[in-house]
Amino acid sequence: MTTADATTTRGATLPMSEGGTAARLGRTLRTPGGAVFVLVAVLLVGVVAANPSFGEPGSLIRFIGRTAPIAIAAMGQYFVIVSGEFDLSMGSVVTMQVVIAGNFIGQDESRILPVMLLMLVLGALVGVVNGLATTMLKVPSFIVTLGTMLALSGLVLYLTGGAATGNPVDSFRQIGRGGIEGVPVLDVIPYPAIILLVLAVAAVWLMRRPFGRTLVAVGDNPQAVHLSGSATWWLKTRAFVLSSLAATVAGIILVGYAGVHPSVGQGYEFTAITAVVVGGVVLGGGRGWVLSAAAGAFALELLFTLLNFVGVASTWRDTVQGVIIIVAVAIGARAWQGGRRRRNTEPTTPGAEPRHTGSAPTTPPDPGTT
Amino acid sequence: MRRTTIGRSVAALSALAMLAACSTDESLDEPATESAAEGADEGAEEGEGSDDGAEAGSDDEWFDQSEYDEQDEQRSATFEGDPEQPYLQYIDGEMTDTSEFASDGAKKVCFSNASIDNPWRQTGWITMNQQLQVLQDDGVISEMETRDAQADDNTQIADIDYFISEGNCDAFVISPNSTAALTPAVERACDTGLPVVVFDRGVETDCPTTFIHPIGGYAWGIDTAEFLVENLEEGDKVVALRILPGVDVLEHRWAAAERIFEENGIEAVDFFTGADPTEIKNFISDELATGEIQGVWMDAGDGAVAAIEAFEDAGQDYPVMTGEDEMSFLRKWDDTGLTGLAPVYSNFQWRTPLLAVEQIFAGEEVPTEWVLPQVPITEDERADFLEANDGMPDGHYAKFGGEDLPGYPDVWQERVIP
Amino acid sequence: MNALARLRPTQLTSTGIVYLVLVLVLVLGAVITAASGRNFFSGGNISAILTGTSILGFIAIGQTLVILAGSLDLSVPYVASLASLLGGVTMAGQTGNIPLAVVTALGVAALIGLVNGLVVAYLHVHGFIATLGMGLILAGYLGTTYKGSAGSAPRDFRLIGALNIGPVPLSTIIMLGCAVLVILLLRRTRIGHHLYAVGGNKDVARLSGVRTQPPVVLAHVLCSVLAGMAGLLLLARLSVGSPTIGTQGGYDLMSIAAVVLGGTVLAGGKGNILGTLGGVAIFAVMDNVMSVMQLNAFLQDVVRGLVIVIAVAVYARRNADLRPARFERSGAARHTPAPTTAGGAA
Repeated sequence: MTTADATTTRGATLPMSEGGTAARLGRTLRTPGGAVFVLVAVLLVGVVAANPSFGEPGSLIRFIGRTAPIAIAAMGQYFVIVSGEFDLSMGSVVTMQVVIAGNFIGQDESRILPVMLLMLVLGALVGVVNGLATTMLKVPSFIVTLGTMLALSGLVLYLTGGAATGNPVDSFRQIGRGGIEGVPVLDVIPYPAIILLVLAVAAVWLMRRPFGRTLVAVGDNPQAVHLSGSATWWLKTRAFVLSSLAATVAGIILVGYAGVHPSVGQGYEFTAITAVVVGGVVLGGGRGWVLSAAAGAFALELLFTLLNFVGVASTWRDTVQGVIIIVAVAIGARAWQGGRRRRNTEPTTPGAEPRHTGSAPTTPPDPGTT
Repeated sequence: MRRTTIGRSVAALSALAMLAACSTDESLDEPATESAAEGADEGAEEGEGSDDGAEAGSDDEWFDQSEYDEQDEQRSATFEGDPEQPYLQYIDGEMTDTSEFASDGAKKVCFSNASIDNPWRQTGWITMNQQLQVLQDDGVISEMETRDAQADDNTQIADIDYFISEGNCDAFVISPNSTAALTPAVERACDTGLPVVVFDRGVETDCPTTFIHPIGGYAWGIDTAEFLVENLEEGDKVVALRILPGVDVLEHRWAAAERIFEENGIEAVDFFTGADPTEIKNFISDELATGEIQGVWMDAGDGAVAAIEAFEDAGQDYPVMTGEDEMSFLRKWDDTGLTGLAPVYSNFQWRTPLLAVEQIFAGEEVPTEWVLPQVPITEDERADFLEANDGMPDGHYAKFGGEDLPGYPDVWQERVIP
Repeated sequence: MNALARLRPTQLTSTGIVYLVLVLVLVLGAVITAASGRNFFSGGNISAILTGTSILGFIAIGQTLVILAGSLDLSVPYVASLASLLGGVTMAGQTGNIPLAVVTALGVAALIGLVNGLVVAYLHVHGFIATLGMGLILAGYLGTTYKGSAGSAPRDFRLIGALNIGPVPLSTIIMLGCAVLVILLLRRTRIGHHLYAVGGNKDVARLSGVRTQPPVVLAHVLCSVLAGMAGLLLLARLSVGSPTIGTQGGYDLMSIAAVVLGGTVLAGGKGNILGTLGGVAIFAVMDNVMSVMQLNAFLQDVVRGLVIVIAVAVYARRNADLRPARFERSGAARHTPAPTTAGGAA
């Protein structure tokens, strides 16, 4: 859980600089973006209590590896959500990439690189289409990406006759299945965990650059950014491209981890959005940290694992999951409320209505946007 | 604050009551007054009440002992007909006289399909279209109009009603999306007096000219669970990977297997995967982290490879396992040499309905309940099936039964979905 | 498109455009159907199309209310399934049980909607998550309790699904009746006006003295009740309750798509039921035509996806152009790119 620890401390330095380290940490943890790390810790304790062997470093790092694709997808979805949009096409993009890998790479190693390039290009293309349709045609992103979700999955299934050719060559699948062997203590470092770490660092870097700050600002108040002269369409389109590319990377990992099947990726958009929201990112935009989104994914995966270890009856799992998601987000909404009351005494009830137009349009995004 | 909330809630409730009234008034009074007038038109609706009542009673206890016993017996029954053409074999029993349908000329078939949303159905759909081509070339069938319900009962009911009123059909072929829900619609099709062929999942009426299906879900459950019991010891743990709850054909497989596991002291944990290999792998990894698993049971073979790979990645011994005759499982089974069995839900049944239509219009009698063979592939037979299906995609089913059709093997290899 | 352009200057309402699109789809459908050697306007076909509208219609009416209030409801498929089961099991084939069954099914649906509404309005959980969670909760209950279809509707109840008055199915008439009631609620009652106000801009509504929670709760309750009615109608058509019938129809996303196709702004506050009915009808005609053409099931999804985006793009552009200036600042959409945003930009 090195990433998580790193964020907790980094997060603490960002939101408020007054007070001692402990006080600052405490305050951070009371925001939803910080609270998710507490949730992860609690769930981790629960999982280890249910099954002590899970606490061994080898098991933990494997768990990080297996959570990597959904965490990456959640970070991609974060860019879109924080800018005030939705990306429902993510699952279809994952399925598309999985199928392309299976059908185009096949058993020919020499095709790995060109096909991966093709996958990235197609992923970016989907993002561009989503972004332009949302910004230029003024169609709500929920509808645009619902449309791309239907069209993409239909097209992939049609063109491939059910997408069932078979797994690509093993060396390609190593990206999602293999790792660096013989590491002391950890035994093995799965490649997906490394990919996740690299992408997490990149995402944090991106969110600290003007792009990231403006993206959050546009989610917080589109007018403000428009008035300040930034091109909203280009900002949001880039967010959609990042989301589709994240889905592409998740797809590449999943081909290795799980193999080719038309149901890989199904429902991924909902899992990713849930992870982002559990991570304290507000639907509607303008609020939340990218690493909290990834932490939200870890919280969800830990929850599923806990359900497995505790042996909750198969049919009740959905119910338990539903309750926990609502409770977690409700608590998160309270935390934002608390956090905002201190800064802003205006009698608003945020959370359900994240953007209150009362604040000055020039308010910079929440400091803790990384 | 509180008080106004309550006030609003009362307003809300009264609006709600208005809506409720809207439904109750119309649902009770109008039909009651009109039912006398419309009764004649609604002939299809009559005589069902008693069936439905009986069926409602059996819902509490999903497991049906008599069906279980019947299918258990059928597993070892003798099948009439040429074993080289399993899609025409049947268990000796009641036959439907079709002499009234005997007529010359090419006929129009209307096919109401539940869906093509999984590899099993896609494979069968390809096979069916190949069979159609042959019968069209022979001048038996002029055309087949198909409506795909996209796995929605309600859509399929509308599809069948559309065929009845607008289709100009000479015969109906129906692959129901679910059993009880499609019964009234199938009865309406029967009322047209045209031949009705039902296959795969059944309906709760014996009005169709013939109902074609492999032995059934209980037989699947018995074959697989008995295999696991034989190869495991009392107290061993089996993980059961199920696709989703609430689908009767799949629930039957599990109901039979669960019972046999229980009787033989096998510990079974079940899990719904949505056929998603990611879920399968996560679940097996977690189960392996809590203890050893000796067996894996699946209610459909999709994603079997992911289950096996979970054992590989955890560095554990392979389990005893039952998958399906899907190529990916057969290949992985062959590669790993694990102890396994490939149960079969005979995909070749997709050929039978159109051949049955041919027989019906020739006036030949057909089995009223056309039970097709459903024989699992054992380790000894595996090599033959792998060889016969060499070059087929992973989502192909070994017992698809279309080797003598014109497009073989290309259309299955390229998976040309019409 | 030419027709659209010409009509634009004459203050055509967005609902007007919806119906214009519907007419276009109808004409196109009639031509394609005729080319396939069928009569689009035959009794059987019209009945098939109208039947296609009724179930999605119920759910989309409810979804319109929730969306107008600025929320979403993703739990509708599960509510419909649950209502069909509760209704079917309570009826158990006996005509005398119908009133009790209807009350039970709709009552439970209303309770679910109440919980959704309270969680959204008072716990400040976004509708997307609250109802996604509720959907999961119900899915678990359905999977645990019902292992397949259960219960049975008596013949009298099944007539609702089977009876036609001329070519018009009774179910469609009931659906339209509910639509009229909801339209009256929105136009003639205070809470209906508040619903628009809260969905349009919650802060402005609050500052004008509107209590923002009750309309949201009411919208959720009514949405669930209407989903429950869709479930009961499904029960009438299927004759049994089914734990998967709601999810089979994909009513969650399709109802949202139909609402937006009907010109309602996804961010809330703007739109109406008539438009939604038009959106539902567009879907029904489209599905009907694609089935007549025997289009591959996968390609049908592709067409649906494209039509949703293209049709909504047509309205959205127009909205952006025609939006009165007073909405420029206040109409900031919550989870959509406000089509209002300084309109002329694009």
